[in-house]
Amino acid sequence: MARILPFSTVRARPPEAPAGRAAPPPAAGRRDGPDAPLAKADAERFRGLVLPHLDAAYGFARYLTRDATLAEDIVQDAFLKAYRAFAGFRGGDPRAWLFAIVRSSFLSSLRNRPAWTSDEAAPDAASDEASPEAALIRQGEAQSVRGAIAALPEPFREALVLREFEDLSYRQIAEVSGAPLGTVMSRLARARQMLAVALREESRR
Amino acid sequence: MSGCPDQAELLQAYFDGELDAANAQAFEAHLAACPGCSAALDDLRMLRERLADPALREPAPESLRRRIEATLAAEAPAARPRGHSAGVLPWGLSAGFGALAAALAAVAVLPSTGALETQLVADHVRSTLGTRLVDVETSDRHTVKPWFNGKVDFAPPVVDLAEAGFPLEGGRLDYLDGRRVAALVYRRNRHVINLFVWPQTGPPRLPALGRSHEGYAIVHWTQGGLQFWAVSDVDRGELQAFARLFAQRTGS
Repeated sequence: MARILPFSTVRARPPEAPAGRAAPPPAAGRRDGPDAPLAKADAERFRGLVLPHLDAAYGFARYLTRDATLAEDIVQDAFLKAYRAFAGFRGGDPRAWLFAIVRSSFLSSLRNRPAWTSDEAAPDAASDEASPEAALIRQGEAQSVRGAIAALPEPFREALVLREFEDLSYRQIAEVSGAPLGTVMSRLARARQMLAVALREESRR
Repeated sequence: MSGCPDQAELLQAYFDGELDAANAQAFEAHLAACPGCSAALDDLRMLRERLADPALREPAPESLRRRIEATLAAEAPAARPRGHSAGVLPWGLSAGFGALAAALAAVAVLPSTGALETQLVADHVRSTLGTRLVDVETSDRHTVKPWFNGKVDFAPPVVDLAEAGFPLEGGRLDYLDGRRVAALVYRRNRHVINLFVWPQTGPPRLPALGRSHEGYAIVHWTQGGLQFWAVSDVDRGELQAFARLFAQRTGS
């Protein structure tokens, strides 16, 4: 699987944008006021509760965007939104809450990017990442699985990744994606079916 | 996948641990009688196995972590107007250390949950953030079990649950509740499960989900004169499944 275009062309905004830009209101959580500063205890709580899920948020964004650079931008944007909205976070699973914000950042990045970029960007193949020696043998295998996941249409990909990679329950996936439980279940079933077929075909090659 | 079309939803929910006990039992009865659904379940398991490959998971790049730290620092609750970034990090600690301190602080200010649960979560967090997740690193239970000999005054049972998706990572000696305890480390995909074990006098108790503690699930049970506390950030249902399996394997 060859990489077709340099992913930097998919970027929708200059690299320095996320930190300084005013974030639109987040999809999840409530803010107590337009500029309610986070109390010090809340800021510490945020660091204890939400920051540990950075890897998970990045993994999710990575599969959503299929692009490492875009995933970084989205996660940074999401953490800023989450931080600003944290005063309104009333418990529950911080991971599902954070994922919902990552997802909304992803969706707004789709809206904001230039019209000529296509959603069907080349599936990323992870060929640019260093892997430990033990993983080298598996790299071909992992690459084809990654490619097969990346080829899944978006709602199916999302359901699959949240379930298989992040161990979210059906209810949590429904919460993140804003879809009814039944829809989550059928998306997941369809995603698995499509993935199994793709991997079977891949192994026949 | 060749399962019964009318059972497809149940099959998937069963596979994902989303059925309650009664429905799970009913489905298992069907499964025993239906080779098609058994095969379909095997297919799902095989798929999950392929997806469990750690090469498919990538941690966030260190540069991103630093950028986020800087962004949050710029947002700090100081009197500074928003958007003005001073370029210095008030939290000038390394990312791992900062997160650890914050996690421990968060645990320390928690109101009502028991002190023991607080300690358990703090220990769990410490083990996953530090460099010392395990003292003895092996997936072989026959290595882990004797390793505890002479280090603790009891013999923690160690079982292999890899085929159920909970590979053993190793063991660790820990200090909890004023005594030495054994910590067995399992993994569920990328999540760490710490299973703390130490002696207990009292009647056996079946695995029960404790109050989840700041996003971490805790399952507790007692068996064979030992108490078990499983702590993890996996889904609560999965931790329960893990506990049930473990208790089952060590029960007879």
